[in-house]
Amino acid sequence: MLSYLVRRLLYAVPILFGVILITFFLDNVMMTPNEKAGRVLGNKAVGKTREEWIRNRGLDLPMPTQFVRYVKKTVTLDFGTSWQTGREVRKIFLNGAGPSLLITVPGFFAAFTASLALALFQVFVRDSPLDRGLTIATVALMSIPTMVYVIFGQAVIALGLSYFPAYGFSYGGFGMVRFLLLPVAIFIMINLGYNTRLYRAIFLEEIQQDYVRTALAKGLSGTRILTVHVFKNGLIALITLVVAQLPKLVLGSLLIESLFGIPGLGNVLVQAIQNADQPVVMASVILGSVLYITGLILTDICYALADPRIRLS
Amino acid sequence: MSAIFNHWLTQNALVIGSFALVFFLLRAGARNERWQRAWVRLKCDRTGLIALGIICVYLLVGALEMLRVPNGGGPTRSIIDVLTASIAPEKTYSAPLADELLASPLHEKTVGRHLLGTDVLGKDVFVETLKACRTALIIGGLTTAIYIPLGALLGILAGYFRRWVDDVIQYIYSTLASIPEILLLVAILLVLGKGLGTMALALGITGWVGLCRLIRGETMRQSERPYIAAARALGQTHWKIVIHHLLPNVMHLVLISAVLGFSNIVLAEAILSYLGVGAPVGTASWGAMIDSGRTELSRDPFVWWNISAATVALFGLVLALNLLGDALRRAFDPKRG
Repeated sequence: MLSYLVRRLLYAVPILFGVILITFFLDNVMMTPNEKAGRVLGNKAVGKTREEWIRNRGLDLPMPTQFVRYVKKTVTLDFGTSWQTGREVRKIFLNGAGPSLLITVPGFFAAFTASLALALFQVFVRDSPLDRGLTIATVALMSIPTMVYVIFGQAVIALGLSYFPAYGFSYGGFGMVRFLLLPVAIFIMINLGYNTRLYRAIFLEEIQQDYVRTALAKGLSGTRILTVHVFKNGLIALITLVVAQLPKLVLGSLLIESLFGIPGLGNVLVQAIQNADQPVVMASVILGSVLYITGLILTDICYALADPRIRLS
Repeated sequence: MSAIFNHWLTQNALVIGSFALVFFLLRAGARNERWQRAWVRLKCDRTGLIALGIICVYLLVGALEMLRVPNGGGPTRSIIDVLTASIAPEKTYSAPLADELLASPLHEKTVGRHLLGTDVLGKDVFVETLKACRTALIIGGLTTAIYIPLGALLGILAGYFRRWVDDVIQYIYSTLASIPEILLLVAILLVLGKGLGTMALALGITGWVGLCRLIRGETMRQSERPYIAAARALGQTHWKIVIHHLLPNVMHLVLISAVLGFSNIVLAEAILSYLGVGAPVGTASWGAMIDSGRTELSRDPFVWWNISAATVALFGLVLALNLLGDALRRAFDPKRG
């Protein structure tokens, strides 16, 4: 197990290097140093101020030198300060992770539980008109763009019925809950359809397995096979799948956060892209890929834990 | 050169050519025995057939907007333009079937009545919704044409040759997949500039990873089968094995992924519009119409028809594509359902 972990972490190094290379390349093709200075300082600042700004950030150095400097900084986890606000990038991320997790964690677990229940119910009544109707309903939930959920949610529930605030965020207390309810509800809606369809497919796959036939031949009832055998085995397949998504919850939901004005990491990223805030964008990319790779490693470990036949080597 | 390319006859030929290409590709696929059996099963699947019918309607509307006719010396018009020429534009918003402009203190009359009202520029929303069909189909079609060959080919190569080929391909897609997708999309679009073509390219670059992984796994499974060993024992070249044996046996997965992937592309267009890198200004698109709903729904009286029309149109296409994808999966693999 330990040697496996070490090897996986070593394998992550070239991937992270590739990620840095791609983002560095895109960042430099996207805007010249002069344009970046214009974006950050405003178009009025020209001449000396601009040149000084560019020199201070080392944007006038040759590309290879800049790249080496950048890799060095990333390795030492020194992400610098935001060009836009001057705040430390590390602090921005620490502050942004909280609001993001407040939406994604409850949303994720509620969506997981609800989808699991729905999927199991569908497996119980499989091939009936009810199952077919529910399948179409889950596909329909998936077919509505996130934007539409948010825009109609804000217009109808927040502005029309004035149940919840349509925009903004406050830290702590009951006020925060009121701000979070609608975004979390929308987060659940977005994931419900996709999850249910996926979970149902996993359980149906499990029903095809030989052990189900054996259990039937042994004379067990259909309900017992479903609740005990299929449920347990399906859940293993399901949890290994879900674990890969867990690390990414930190990043929050880009659209929901920015449309609701919640100061989470998704919102930070949208603003950083719009303001050409290079340190924040780069740090987001690194964080995103580290979390992604973590998810993959967690999945492998889960497989090994759940199925003794799989050895991590 | 560009004069010839932009000529309406060339454009029409391109549109008809691409529709014909898709048709002949499907025909070629249908010679495969597995595809024939799947077709027989699909014909008994009511949901799948209805979905297929709905998609055909969208294709027809899109084609009518893509085909252009000359307009007596002026800029060419699409067939939809010609069919809806009698609908006169208004000055600004008017509600569905209203005879008065919206929130007009002078109670200004509209030129005509509009089934789904008009938008801020006074354009008929129903016509715009129909026209946006072209945008969705072009982005979806171009993206599919980019990422499907790329993903399928790299997946087969990785799964068949293994060793260093597999290592290299795996490295490339792991790297791409680990960059947050939206960020990569926006960055590529900011580099390449706005446009339907660049949007398709950006979506194609980020989109092939999932397909590649799927095809790689299936190719690995197929490579273990005796028929591949037999082909190799008979002295067939790698090239022939890949083209004649592996490709036809994974092609059904490619078809299912293409149909399901198309729906994701249509949905992605809406997000890109919000982030400011969507279809260029002046091109009718559902994403842009939905995005404009952000401000329109908070107006008083609120403008609901623009976003609703776009949502319903987009929803219909995405739902039909998803249902058809599921039906195809059932048809090709009846055991899994």
